[in-house]
Amino acid sequence: MSPEPVYIVTMKVVPKTEEIRFDPVTKTVDRSKATNEINPADKNALEEALKLKDKYGGKVIVLSMGPPFFEPFLRTALAMGADDAILISDKALAGSDAYVTSMVLAKGIQKIGGATLVLCGEESSDGSTGQVPPGIATWLGYSLATFVSKIISLDLENKKVVVRRTIKGGYEDIDLPLPAVLAIELGINTPRFPDFRRKRWAEKEYKMTIWNIHDLGLKPEEVGLTGSPSRVKTLIELKPPERMRKIITDPDQAVEEIIKIIKSIK
Amino acid sequence: MSREEWRGFGVFIEQDEGVVEETSLEILGRIRELADKYNIKITSFVLTDDINRIIDKIRYYGSDEIVYAENSLFKTYLSDVFSTALYRLVSKYRPRYLLLPATRNSRDLAGRLAIMLRTCLLAHVISIDIDPETMRMNAAVPGFGGNIAAVCECVTMPEMATVSPGVFTPKIRKDIEPKLINESDLTKDLKTSMRKISRTSVARPDISRSEKIVVAGAGCIKDLELIKRFAKIIGAEYAVTRPVADAGLAPRDLQVGSTGISLKSKLVIVLGASGAPHFVSGIRDCGTVVSVNIDPDAPIKDFSDLFVVGDLYDIVKKLIDRLGG
Ligand SMILES: Cc1cc2nc3c(=O)[nH]c(=O)nc-3n(C[C@H](O)[C@H](O)[C@H](O)COP(=O)(O)OP(=O)(O)OC[C@H]3O[C@@H](n4cnc5c(N)ncnc54)[C@H](O)[C@@H]3O)c2cc1C
Repeated sequence: MSPEPVYIVTMKVVPKTEEIRFDPVTKTVDRSKATNEINPADKNALEEALKLKDKYGGKVIVLSMGPPFFEPFLRTALAMGADDAILISDKALAGSDAYVTSMVLAKGIQKIGGATLVLCGEESSDGSTGQVPPGIATWLGYSLATFVSKIISLDLENKKVVVRRTIKGGYEDIDLPLPAVLAIELGINTPRFPDFRRKRWAEKEYKMTIWNIHDLGLKPEEVGLTGSPSRVKTLIELKPPERMRKIITDPDQAVEEIIKIIKSIK
Repeated sequence: MSREEWRGFGVFIEQDEGVVEETSLEILGRIRELADKYNIKITSFVLTDDINRIIDKIRYYGSDEIVYAENSLFKTYLSDVFSTALYRLVSKYRPRYLLLPATRNSRDLAGRLAIMLRTCLLAHVISIDIDPETMRMNAAVPGFGGNIAAVCECVTMPEMATVSPGVFTPKIRKDIEPKLINESDLTKDLKTSMRKISRTSVARPDISRSEKIVVAGAGCIKDLELIKRFAKIIGAEYAVTRPVADAGLAPRDLQVGSTGISLKSKLVIVLGASGAPHFVSGIRDCGTVVSVNIDPDAPIKDFSDLFVVGDLYDIVKKLIDRLGG
């Protein structure tokens, strides 16, 4: 391991959940009207990495797998403070499931030369499998902590990290050997804003590294839909039951009505 | 000797200090139906520090055999040793379908195991079926905040899935006497590279099946005590939205939504929550939904039977006055 710690943050760009529509006729998800954003939990992971860098030094590298339109979002991450951004982009990757995604990201991490810590969001707001962080750890043989709510300390000399992770009914503090993969819980910090001067550099000067699957030594049949062990057969909408949507604006009338409802539930 | 073909159902029975995870028993409830229909065997896998402590809590839920390994390292979850241990058991018994509860610890475990076994994993599924033509497992994986699901299948074996809590119902099956198989020898040499420093955990009742719930959204943050008091007066359990838990003002176990619990209450009163997709998927199965919001256009309106436009503190105080709190 290099003396300078390397923090790799995995990042995905997702459509805003509230702007997604389901088309019941074609049975497809209509993302066309949705704005995209950095996956919220990945921003929390980036903020944790930047805090570690502030405290212990080192380098923050953002690693993402996705189509070229991800690029401007990675530039935002650079403007927030990341030192480098790498996009793994290849048409063959379309339709990759969590198995393939974790494999590709693990290959990317290897190509970078490994990491002291890999920080991921606990899950994505669209696919939400939460399987990518354990997958990366397993491909690389790194230690793993999921649902991390706090990074308590990093001991570079003894190669250890102490984290707090959420468990049923509370939390536990655990000590893990480095290198490690940490899946960071959504909302555990407030991600910093992009820095004005960094923004100029990130948008105008920074030359982003783009890798395709051949750069990672992968064949087309190992990735994408063909390489993925899971298959989607069909999509269904999980509709809530029709609600009555009775609207009351008068507080006293509202109170009467609510009491009536409470009393009717026995 | 390992079995040759991938065959039968495998279920991971999660336990923590002798407390059995209900979702594991729920999974058994569902797959026993499928097992009876298609004449498939069910093997349950248990990792524990003491089998005697839990065997009576798991014996009669429909398993045909219970394969267990005892080791002092299995008292509470440790990512590295649990994944290696279960990998060894599964490699020996080779279940075609392998199901684990979608709890934090078993999601951690399943995510590693799927890669170790070079197989697929369907995440927090909300249905489990078998396609009679291919005999492949078909399961619905919710995404996009829990409002759209993809029916998926696996093309590799074992066909793995984690199963969302509260979807199925456990069933006692006294008529099936499971064979107990001790495989502790397989895990004797395990060592962990992790160290637990401390653990703070309070046993809380599972509120996902409570009859009445009051949910405090971000709009309640100024006075959560008032909301708790109101819940108590009407005999309801208290729950929160994600931002309230994120702010550290309530434990995660009380958080409703796609990354929390799903409610099945007869009545839910939602106070000061906007009605984001990741939240409303958690109240979909509730009977009556009442909400209070100061914003007449809050999306929660469309998910409510009664939508009150007004200041929640005002309404709650009036309710407490009327109900004599
Ligand atoms: C991957 C992912 C997973 C998520 N999982 C979950 C989850 O499991 N559960 C969850 O809840 N969220 C989840 N979220 C977050 C979700 O998207 C919303 O941000 C969240 O549900 C909003 O919570 P809220 O409605 O309490 O807060 P807000 O959206 O801030 O709404 C507060 C509401 O209170 C109203 N209000 C304020 N003051 C008053 C007053 N005095 N009187 C009356 N009304 C008032 C406001 O009008 C507003 O509508 C997730 C997000 C992501 C990205």
